[in-house]
Amino acid sequence: MDCLLRVVNLTKIFGDGCPYCLELTDDEHNICPRCGSIVACAGISFEIMPNEILGIVGESGSGKSTILKSLYFDLEPTKGAAYLNCYERDIFKANSQDKRWLRNFKMGMVYQNPGLGLLLDITAGGNIAEKLLAAEWRDVGKIRGQASGLLKRMEIPVVRMDEITHNFSGGMQQRVQIAKALANNPEILLLDELTTGLDVSVQARILDLIKEIQRELNIAILLVTHDLGVIRLMAERTIVMRNGRIVEDGLTDQILEDPQHEYTQLLVNSEV
Amino acid sequence: MLEIKGLSKEFFLHQWGRRIEGFRDVSFAVDKSECFGIFGPSGSGKSSLIRCIYRTYIPNKGEILYELRNGKVNLATLPEYEVLKLRKEGIGYVSQFLRVVPRVSAVDVVAEPLLKRGMPVEEARAAASSLLERLLIPKNLFDSYPSTFSGGELQRVNLARALITKFELLLLDEPTASLDEEIKEIVIEMLREEKDRGATIICISHDASFLNALADRVGVMKGGRMVEILEEVP
Amino acid sequence: MKGYNYAFLDEFTKREIRRKILKAVAIPGYQVPFASREMPIAKGWGTGGLQVTLSLIGDSDVLKVIDQGSDDSVNAINIKTLVQHTTDVKLTNDTKEASIIQTRHRIPEEYLNEDQTIVFQVPFPEPLRTVEPSEQLTRRMHAEKDYSKIWLYLYENIVQYGDIIFGARYPVMVNERYLMDPSPIPRWDIPRLHNAAFLSLFCAGREKRVYAIPPYTKVEPLEFEDYKFEVENFDGKVCARCGSGDTFLTKSVDDKGNEIWLCSDTSFCEKRRKKNGLFAKSG
Repeated sequence: MDCLLRVVNLTKIFGDGCPYCLELTDDEHNICPRCGSIVACAGISFEIMPNEILGIVGESGSGKSTILKSLYFDLEPTKGAAYLNCYERDIFKANSQDKRWLRNFKMGMVYQNPGLGLLLDITAGGNIAEKLLAAEWRDVGKIRGQASGLLKRMEIPVVRMDEITHNFSGGMQQRVQIAKALANNPEILLLDELTTGLDVSVQARILDLIKEIQRELNIAILLVTHDLGVIRLMAERTIVMRNGRIVEDGLTDQILEDPQHEYTQLLVNSEV
Repeated sequence: MLEIKGLSKEFFLHQWGRRIEGFRDVSFAVDKSECFGIFGPSGSGKSSLIRCIYRTYIPNKGEILYELRNGKVNLATLPEYEVLKLRKEGIGYVSQFLRVVPRVSAVDVVAEPLLKRGMPVEEARAAASSLLERLLIPKNLFDSYPSTFSGGELQRVNLARALITKFELLLLDEPTASLDEEIKEIVIEMLREEKDRGATIICISHDASFLNALADRVGVMKGGRMVEILEEVP
Repeated sequence: MKGYNYAFLDEFTKREIRRKILKAVAIPGYQVPFASREMPIAKGWGTGGLQVTLSLIGDSDVLKVIDQGSDDSVNAINIKTLVQHTTDVKLTNDTKEASIIQTRHRIPEEYLNEDQTIVFQVPFPEPLRTVEPSEQLTRRMHAEKDYSKIWLYLYENIVQYGDIIFGARYPVMVNERYLMDPSPIPRWDIPRLHNAAFLSLFCAGREKRVYAIPPYTKVEPLEFEDYKFEVENFDGKVCARCGSGDTFLTKSVDDKGNEIWLCSDTSFCEKRRKKNGLFAKSG
């Protein structure tokens, strides 16, 4: 089966960098002793199949968000390549036109901070409309129809469609973000700490929604979180990261019940 | 159908630098449509063995040869995508730990494997309901969340979910632990029907009479080894 | 006038401005940056339009200058005076006679042909400024043809006010490539730009940009399929002077303080009155 996304040797170093950065750092120390640069992630390689939910779990500073941000072109990687099955070249080498096309049509991103993924001074419907307009929808009635359908799917009352997004609660803002990310039927959804900071019941509702949608739309999901419970609920396969390196990867139930690597065992045992 | 050869599982706990043995040198074979029971005291490695077959645990040594239509595969070393594919329709597992899927009603928990396959909602729920009914779950509980269920009810929900999929290989870990006699009989009947339609079953139980009623052969485990394979548990 | 070069600007400057104009004509709707000169009028009073006019004008040209449609406003007169003192070209109020028409905020009502050029005075050349304050970002948006922000603004207009609220400066798509600000001409004049026989040159002196629409170019105002572009509707009102119901009208008051409507294009109004045998009324 053809994989949907293949990441090869993704590496991101913040700072000047030097030829020794990679060999002098590992999963315990990610600051280069020679030049002081931070190796946010190094040598990250993985694949995602269509329709799959892949989880990336790790604590703060593990580099997991860096991976998502690189894939969504918010950051430029220092090294490495990524291949989407709909694009014949390394997406990191695409020109800005193609990158915009990939961002608009093939990928959806939901940030931990809704302010990054939404225009908070625009209406909820307007946020979704932004994506549809970028896809050259030119009929206001149809745009509103599609937007209200997505909002409804996210269990947001349609009467609030024309309200400024700033006024929404955190959980609702996240749901608007998800609706927006799905507007143009992307093939892969990137979720960065989707529910961190939200109330537990709100978290639960959003995760349930994601599961339903994933099943309905046959969409692949790359889910980044530090919460093992989320991984257990959502992901079939999981990658464990520490200080920018992958320390273990495998089936989620195997990672949680038979962790092989020392750090994974620590993580699993620390679960409250 | 399934051939276990010299399988061993050891756990290494890094934090304490300790090794804990799960089981060692286990070998046996199971034919298609056979029910193979596993009997033994707690701690003898039964659950670990079955978990290795399902790949929740990674065995350290040995092979698990599983027969597919186009040849045999070694489940111990099968790539993850293939394992996930098998888990969808090939191999099913019912854990002895009754973990609850939160916020999904009982009937939807059971219907989910069918929904995943694309069956329309009403049809899936109807199939789920009839299974739950057969297992004597009261109708008014169908739409409740299993988090409120008793152990026995929860077990039946998990069983129903495994049975609805019609797996080729069913791995059951203490499927009747919390069930009373009347329901046990129903479960035995349902598992016999599974065998009749061609499913292979590996079933752990500490309940000798249950195994004797259902299993064709029983492997006895003790101290991490499979010491003997009998026709019946004494 | 003694001491000044023909048409005030030195020849090298004129040449460079003409080069920029050529570039602008070659890329319809694209804002070409240029180094605006010190002029004897204050910035914000038409220095851009003036520089273009002065760079193009020659002995055979006939110049008309209007301000909000009127040949007689202070601004228009001042500009005409300056040009005449440094060139001696023929001035006219008659649209049909002029070869160059410098205008602030209006296109004359009469038909213009291939031999005529309109020079628009532009205060704010950037159509995206309403939605994006950063110059760096707007330049990138034009380069990548990423106009989603302005479309979003139009959508929000419709949601909030029921319609697109641009009156003047209505954003248009030129040659299906660049989004352009047509200067603060009313909606009424926008359809005149599309596929026009005349050449349109736009220049912002203070903002240092020049852009152009060559003849017979597609100029399409942004609109939705269910919210189309519409020109102003005068509800059956007619000009109090010449009786026209088919020109752009502006509101005024007569001697008694009553509200009346008058043609914005004064020379055209004058022509119509002469044709209909009407005399100038007061007010």
